[in-house]
Amino acid sequence: MLPASDSNALRQFIADNWAELNVLDDHIAAVQTNAADPGAYSGLLRTVHTINCMSGLIGLPKLGEVAWATESVLRKVRDGELETSRDNIALILRSAAELKRLLHVLEASGKESEEAAADLIQQLECIAAVSLSGGEQIPASGTEPRDSREAERPSAESVAALAQDALETQPVSVAQAAASDGAQLEQSGGDNLGAKANKVTDLSIRVHVDVLDSLMNLVGELVLTRNQLLQLARGDDESKYTAPITLLNRVTTDLQEGVMKTRMQPIGSVWSTMPRIIRDLRQTTGKQIELEMRGNETELDRTVLEAIRDPLTHMIRNSADHGLETPEVRRKKGKSETGTIKLDAYHEGGHVIISIADDGAGINVKRVREKAIAQGLVTEADAARMPEHEMLRFIFRPGFSTAQQVTSLSGRGVGMDVVKTSIEKIGGTVDLSSVADKGTSVRIRIPLTLAIVSALVVESGGESFAIPQLGVVELVRLAAEEKHRIEHIHNNEVFRLRHRLLPLIRLDSVVQLPSNRTDDSDVNIVVVQVGNQQFGLIVDRVFDTEEIVVKPMGSLLKDIAIYQGTTILGDGRVIMILDVSGIATEIGLSSMASELAESADRGQDSDTTNLLCFNAGDGRSMSVPLSLVSRLEEVPSERIETAGDREVVQYRGDLLPLIPVHGYSRRDANREIQPVIVFQENGCAMGLMVNEIEDIVEDRLVIRMPSRQPGVVGTAIINDRATEIVDAHHYVIQANPDWFHHNHWRPSLRILLAEDSVFFRQLMTTSLISDGHQVKATGDGQDAIDVLERDTQFDVVLSDIEMPGVDGLNFVRWIRSKPQFKDLPVIAISGNTKPSMEADALRAGFTHFMRKFDPLELKNLLLELSANHSQKGASA
Amino acid sequence: MNRPTNTAPAGQSARTDVSGFESQFVSFWIGKQLLGVPVKIVQEVLNPQDIARTPRARREIAGLLNLRGQIVTAVCLRRRIGMPDLEADRRSMNVVVRHAGESFSLLVDDVGDVIDVSNQAMDAVPPMLDPAWRGITNGIYRLDERLFVVVNVGAILNLAS
Repeated sequence: MLPASDSNALRQFIADNWAELNVLDDHIAAVQTNAADPGAYSGLLRTVHTINCMSGLIGLPKLGEVAWATESVLRKVRDGELETSRDNIALILRSAAELKRLLHVLEASGKESEEAAADLIQQLECIAAVSLSGGEQIPASGTEPRDSREAERPSAESVAALAQDALETQPVSVAQAAASDGAQLEQSGGDNLGAKANKVTDLSIRVHVDVLDSLMNLVGELVLTRNQLLQLARGDDESKYTAPITLLNRVTTDLQEGVMKTRMQPIGSVWSTMPRIIRDLRQTTGKQIELEMRGNETELDRTVLEAIRDPLTHMIRNSADHGLETPEVRRKKGKSETGTIKLDAYHEGGHVIISIADDGAGINVKRVREKAIAQGLVTEADAARMPEHEMLRFIFRPGFSTAQQVTSLSGRGVGMDVVKTSIEKIGGTVDLSSVADKGTSVRIRIPLTLAIVSALVVESGGESFAIPQLGVVELVRLAAEEKHRIEHIHNNEVFRLRHRLLPLIRLDSVVQLPSNRTDDSDVNIVVVQVGNQQFGLIVDRVFDTEEIVVKPMGSLLKDIAIYQGTTILGDGRVIMILDVSGIATEIGLSSMASELAESADRGQDSDTTNLLCFNAGDGRSMSVPLSLVSRLEEVPSERIETAGDREVVQYRGDLLPLIPVHGYSRRDANREIQPVIVFQENGCAMGLMVNEIEDIVEDRLVIRMPSRQPGVVGTAIINDRATEIVDAHHYVIQANPDWFHHNHWRPSLRILLAEDSVFFRQLMTTSLISDGHQVKATGDGQDAIDVLERDTQFDVVLSDIEMPGVDGLNFVRWIRSKPQFKDLPVIAISGNTKPSMEADALRAGFTHFMRKFDPLELKNLLLELSANHSQKGASA
Repeated sequence: MNRPTNTAPAGQSARTDVSGFESQFVSFWIGKQLLGVPVKIVQEVLNPQDIARTPRARREIAGLLNLRGQIVTAVCLRRRIGMPDLEADRRSMNVVVRHAGESFSLLVDDVGDVIDVSNQAMDAVPPMLDPAWRGITNGIYRLDERLFVVVNVGAILNLAS
C-alpha cells in the first residue's frame, strides 16, 4: 500500500504504464494470431517485464507479483521451454487481463487492489517451474507425474478449468478470445471502470521531449520579437499599435510561462523512489529510519530534474547508511531510536532549494582531519588549526575517503565530489553543514530552468555583454573619488569588500577591447561567483537585467572559453553571453586554482604568524614571516658600495649583497639611512632594501591570492590591509647566483603526465612545474600514447592507473612494448590502495608505484631519477 | 572548427556534378575576382547588415548577425583569403550559406548573377594559384570573358589551420 504522499508518483506511474498497456494489447493480439510461434511472445514479455520493473520500483507488490509470475512463464515460452498449448496461452492471456485489471483498480482508486488472483499466481508459478527438457513435450493429461516436482503441476485439465473459472469472473471470456483469434480482449476489465470520469490517462498525454524543446525555442524567438516590438512602441502612446502590442506582450508572457510549465515536473517524481531506497536500507542496515518529505510538488525543469536524480539518491543513501546511527547507539545518546531523514524542496528567488538533513551523528570531523592528513592534503599542524567548516570541505575532494568502508566517515565522502560536480554543472551550488550528534544537512541550490535566463547586460570597450544573473553576487559602484579603495598589487587590482580580498579583472582587457574609461568616471564592479571563489569584473556601464534566450555558440566561436553562448536583445542586437567560470579559468582564478593555492599555502599558513611588515614605497604594504628574517639592519647610505652591477655593504668582514625589494628604488628614496632586512639561507646571506620597516604583527597568514610575480608568494590580509608576502628564498637566490650550483642541484626533467582527473592533473602539473620540470599533461592513456608516438624525448612518465579508455596498466604495457622506451622510468600514481594494485602495476611495467597526493615523495623520487639521468647524460 | 569537412580536397572534384540545378552557382566579387558557391547551399543573399563584433574571435570572423532570430556567424572572405579589408566607405554584402547544419554569412564585396555552367567542365585548380586561394578553391570555369572560381565552403569555414 502506498502512502498518500506518493499519489503524484502513482499518477505518473499510471500514465507511464498505460502506454505500456496499449502496447500490451498489441502484443496480445500478436500472440493470438500467431500463438504457436514462441517468437511472438517476446514483445509481450518485454512489456510485462517493464511493468514488473516499474511496479517494483514504486512499491506495488500485488502488481509486481502477477507481472513477475507472468514474466517467468513468458520467458520459458519464448525460449521454447514451455509449449504453446491452448491452456498455456489461455493462462498467459488471463494474466495479461489481470494485469490490466490491477492497473484499472489502481487508477480508479489510487490504491493497489487488495486482492490479486492468488490462484493465478500459483498457477503461473507452477507452470514456470516445469520446463521442457530435451525437447520433450509436457506429458499429456493423465500421464503419471515423473517426479515430485511435477506432481505439483496441475494437469492440463485443471489448468483449463482454472482458466475457465477465471474467465467466468471476467466480463469477456479470455478463453474464447484465445480460442477464437482476434476477439476483443482489450475490452476485458476496462469497460466497467472506463465510464469513470477524470481518468488520469484521459488527462495526460505523452509528448516527446524534442517537441517541447522545439516549442521552447519558438517561444524564445517570440519573446525576442515581442521585446523588439515593445522597444519600438516605447514612448509612442498615441500609436494605434500600442493596444495590440500590450496584448501581445501579455499573451507572450503567459505563453512563455505555459510552455515552461510543460517542461516542469514536480520533484516528487524523483523523490518517489526514495521511500523504497529507505525501505531497503532499513533492512540492510538494521536501522530505524523515517523519511520525511516536504515540497513534493515543487516543480523543476526536467533537464534540471534529470541532473539531480543521481546526486539526490546518493545523498539519501549517505545519510541513511553513514549519517544515522543504529538504534542502540541512538538510545545511548538519548535520542529517539528512529532516525529521521528530511527531504525538503522549495522555491527561493528563481532558485529551487533542496535540503537533505538527517539527525544522525554528524560528520566525524576528527576522522576527516585524520584522513586529510593521511592523504597529504594538509599537514598535521595546519589541520589542528583549521576550522571545522573548512575541514568539512575536504569531503568534496575527488577521491576523498575512497579507502576502507569501516568507519562512519568513509563512504560519507564517496562520490560527494561527483555530487558537487553534477550540481555545479547545472549552475547550482552545494553547501554542507554538520553538527556532532545533531546531524548533517546538505543544501542544494539550483536554477529553475536553463533555457531562458535572467542576465545582466553590461558594456565594456564599447560592446555589450550579458552576464547570467546566476553568477552575479552583487554590484558595487565606486564614485571617482572613492577610487583609491581599489588597491594595487603589482599590476593586479584588488578591492576589499567586507574583509574579503576581491581580485578585480577589467572586462575590456579580458575581451581585448580598448579601454573607454576616464579618470573621473565611476567604477562599476560586478561581483561574480565561481565555485567558492568570487571576483570582481570592472565594466564600463551596467544596464538592466533582461530575460534572455541562451543560444548556442556557432561552431567557429566554440573555442573561446570566455563565452557560453549568444543571445539577441530586445532591440535586435546580437550580444555574447559571458561565461564567468571560463573567465576565471583563463585568468587562473578558477575554484580549482584557488583550491590549489589554498592547499599550497597551507604549508606556510598558521593562525598566528609573526610577520615583519614593511613598505616598499608608494604605500605598498609587504611583509615577510619573521622566522625567515635573520636580522634587521640600518645601513648608512654612504656605506653602500657598488661592485659590478650589484650593491653591497661590508659587514663583519664580509660582503653582504643588497637588493631592493621589487618596486623600490633606493636612489629615488634619497635617504641617509637605508633599512635592510637580512635573510640567511644555507650559509648565504643577503640584505633586502626596503622603504620603511613598519611593525611586527601577529596575524593569521592566509594567502588569498597567489602571485605570479617573482619574489612574491601572494597576497594576504594583514591588519586589515592587503599585503604582499615576500618570497625570501627568491631574493637569496638572486643575490647569490652561484648558490644553486653549490648547494642545490635543481633538476629539470621532461615529464609526460597521464591523469584523467582534471583536478589532479592540474595539481600535479603545477607542482611539477614549480619544481622546475617541463610537463606535458594528457587526459588518458591513449592521449599519452599519441604524444609518445610523436615525441620520444621524455625523461619520466607519470601515469594514473585507473583511467577511462586505455588505463595505466595498458599504457605502460604499450610503453614496454617499444624498444626505444625500454629504460624509460614510468611512475604509477594511484589512489587505489588495494594491496595487489602495486604488484599488478610493477608487473605491468611500472618502475615505481606511489599513492596519489604526495608531492614530497614525488619530488624526492624525481630528484633521484634526475640524478641518474644527469649521470647518464654526462657519461653519454 | 574541428569538424572534418565533407567536401573533397581541391583538385579532386573536377568534372563532377555539372547538370541542371547542380550546375548553378551564386556568383560574387572579391576585388576583381569573380567567385561562386553552389546555389543549393545558398540560403539567401542580404544587403549589408549590422554585424555584432565578437571580441577575441579570429580575425576572419567578422561577427554575428541576427537573421530573423537566427544567429549567423559572418566570415570575412577578404580576410580569409588574406586580402586587405574593403575601403571604409563600402559595406560588405552577405551570402548566407548552409554548411554542416549551421548557417554562415560570407562577406563579399558585391553579389553577381546566378551563373549556369551546365555545358562546361570544371578545370582543376591550377597548381600555380596563390596558396591562399588554392586552399579554398574547388575548381575553375573559363567563362567567356573571365575566370570563375568555385570556392569550397567547407575549406573556407575550416579555420583551424
